[in-house]
Amino acid sequence: MTFIKLLKQAPLSAKIGMVIILINVAAALLAPVIAPYEEAQKVGSVWLTPGQDHLMGTDQVGRDLFTRMLYGARNTISIAFIITCIAFAIGSGLGLLAATVEGYLDSMLSRLVDIIMAFPPLILALMVLSIFGTSIPILIFVIALIDSTKVYRLARALAMDIRALEFVEVARLRGEGLLWIIRREILPNAAPALIAEFGLRFSFVFLFISALSFLGLGLQPPTADWGSMVRENAGAIAFGITIPIYPAAAIAFLTIGINLVVDWFLQRSAQIRAQ
Amino acid sequence: MDNILKIDNLTIKGYWDGNTTVLLEDIDLQLNRGEVLGIIGESGAGKSTLGLAAMGYTRDGCDITEGSVMFDGKELVDATKKELTQLRGSNIAYVAQSAAASFNPAHRLVQQFAETPVRHGHMTFKQAKQKAEKLYKRLNLPFPDSIGYRYPHQVSGGQLQRAMIAMALGCDPDIVVFDEPTTALDVTTQIEVLAAIRDAIKINNTAALYITHDLAVVSQVADRVMVLRHGRLVEDGETREMLENPKEQYTKDLLNVRRQKCDNTKSHKEVVLEIQGVDAGYYPGQNIVEDIDFKIFRGQNVAVVGESGSGKTTLARVITGLLPPNKGKVLFDSKSVSPDVRQRSLNTLRRLQMIYQMPDVALNPRQKIRRIIGRPLEFYSGLSGKAKKKKVHKLLDMIELPSHYYDRYPSELSGGQKQRICIARALAAEPDLIICDEITSALDQLVAEEILKLLQKLQTELGMSYLFITHDLATVKAIADEVIVMYKGNIVEQGNKKDMFDSPDHDYTELLLSSVPEMDPDWLDNLLLKREKVS
Repeated sequence: MTFIKLLKQAPLSAKIGMVIILINVAAALLAPVIAPYEEAQKVGSVWLTPGQDHLMGTDQVGRDLFTRMLYGARNTISIAFIITCIAFAIGSGLGLLAATVEGYLDSMLSRLVDIIMAFPPLILALMVLSIFGTSIPILIFVIALIDSTKVYRLARALAMDIRALEFVEVARLRGEGLLWIIRREILPNAAPALIAEFGLRFSFVFLFISALSFLGLGLQPPTADWGSMVRENAGAIAFGITIPIYPAAAIAFLTIGINLVVDWFLQRSAQIRAQ
Repeated sequence: MDNILKIDNLTIKGYWDGNTTVLLEDIDLQLNRGEVLGIIGESGAGKSTLGLAAMGYTRDGCDITEGSVMFDGKELVDATKKELTQLRGSNIAYVAQSAAASFNPAHRLVQQFAETPVRHGHMTFKQAKQKAEKLYKRLNLPFPDSIGYRYPHQVSGGQLQRAMIAMALGCDPDIVVFDEPTTALDVTTQIEVLAAIRDAIKINNTAALYITHDLAVVSQVADRVMVLRHGRLVEDGETREMLENPKEQYTKDLLNVRRQKCDNTKSHKEVVLEIQGVDAGYYPGQNIVEDIDFKIFRGQNVAVVGESGSGKTTLARVITGLLPPNKGKVLFDSKSVSPDVRQRSLNTLRRLQMIYQMPDVALNPRQKIRRIIGRPLEFYSGLSGKAKKKKVHKLLDMIELPSHYYDRYPSELSGGQKQRICIARALAAEPDLIICDEITSALDQLVAEEILKLLQKLQTELGMSYLFITHDLATVKAIADEVIVMYKGNIVEQGNKKDMFDSPDHDYTELLLSSVPEMDPDWLDNLLLKREKVS
């Protein structure tokens, strides 16, 4: 089945999801082209209402909010995407390995994960960031590591279930190597649940970055990101100004879009599996 | 008019993915008070759908499109939900196949027994408890006054099934629908449950629908039998009459399954597998099987029989090397092989293949048939490209599946077809011995017979040996040369099939053999009578 045919078959909800994701990705990629101003350029007074000059008004220091939104998409989506990818590479890789090999390796990895999870994630992130300083690579590494523990637990639990099925035993009896068993027998069956988790994790990473930004340890100003834009402008609500709604809605919008697509994907894979 | 249940030209349709399938078409059925009607057919025949429809219920996505279901003069098809709730449980009860899955593991048996009568306001909890004791006693459960205080996991499978029957009889219903109540049980426990069901419905003068795929079982309990196929009625009539002279070809086929026997006494010389003094278990010092000794010759069929928990599967795990034994040796081709699968040579692994009970979980749902069968070819023989494709097609041909299955996923195949794929996968390795672990027990009788025929045909062509692990003595009768009887982890008897079936030496073997239902309505009576005399 070709890719285009596949897309045509998608239900309306998934199509809506895909459009939302496309809009976001386009905004992120084309930010420098579309944006009317510079990312950190002050263009007017504080909290201007939306109008002809400023599509969405201005923020707490008088920067154009529309511009900030576009750059925010660029920064937040790319960083959150990279973080989630790394978290999944580490977490699911080790999780599947631990469940398949069992024994000491499993015990060691699982206890290590328990130790990391014993720290409240925010505190752990704060600790590491204040020791190593707040650069984007370190930010990515820390959040990815913290997130990978959750992915590890999920992947391991999934693999434990699949490993008990007889087709895995068949592969073992055939004499297949560890990598083959993980890649060909276990991973394809764990993939739907992992992909669904990917959508969810991706949204959580957003929120985590914004929490760190609020505490001054995330993305550093004047870099725009949606999370800190909500926090920084939160005070405006008290004056009846709707500015913080825009970045908050953007986060919600993208999260819903991703999950609509993920749902469709899950349903499709359940159809192949079921009966 | 004594009809307690009357179904008139009932049609039920199911909707999936926008397609409509007819599940039942134009079914008529009458059930009198105190009468037992057996409904038989293979899976997908619509037996359960009919059983549920008798309670005015259809599964999600199904609809009664035509016809009527009259219970005691009352129409159920357009009854309100409230009316149906009132009827179900108190006037119509249902006994499912798997008691273990139907009981809530967190509540005691008697609590679950009391739920329905108390909820319907028929009894207080105390009365329900007394009723339970009475029924437990009638169903021959041990310790009827205290067994109700056990949790479901604290009683055996057969006892649990009887506890569930007691639950169904709790409100003295007019009709009980039994949906394969003994299918999940061993033959020896099946007898207890069958006898209990028969007595209980006789005493209460309850009418029953008895759904099963096993004609021999149904002939023990049912007064009349309906044969269903693809949602249509094939034949119905008095049990005796139908057994003696079936009209339709399909019914004849069903009847012939158990009667078919074959005698393949071949001379065997070359030993393929030898097990010497094996003790094995999952913890050191705790043996599940003990003192196992036997040989399998080339081209021979050996059957290991015994009920669940007798250590059959543990034995298979020892042979395949998944469970290294605590003591003893496994010899392949008269050469000792490593007890651990990870240390065996590829050639040893190739020569020993396995087929499993549940083809659904033995095939990776994410791999296409071409990959499932092709992988052993590529792995052991290094085939690739066109040569591999050709061989896969040849194997598909051998297992009598059309070649366009090459590009399908397992989920697009039926149970019997999946089992054929498992066979092809084993054959792809060109093995000397195939271990068949309960390969027919998840299949319908006619399909199972086809599979056994296929295995026999392949054996004549390729000359490998089979080790059957089974609790189904019909399989043994059909295919084995030699039989090994296991009981509580030990071999209690082993020898030639014919000798053993003719004159079993060990008491357990005799019990096991005599417990296989026969197509004779008097079989259960005679058997129970005989056993009573002996004890």
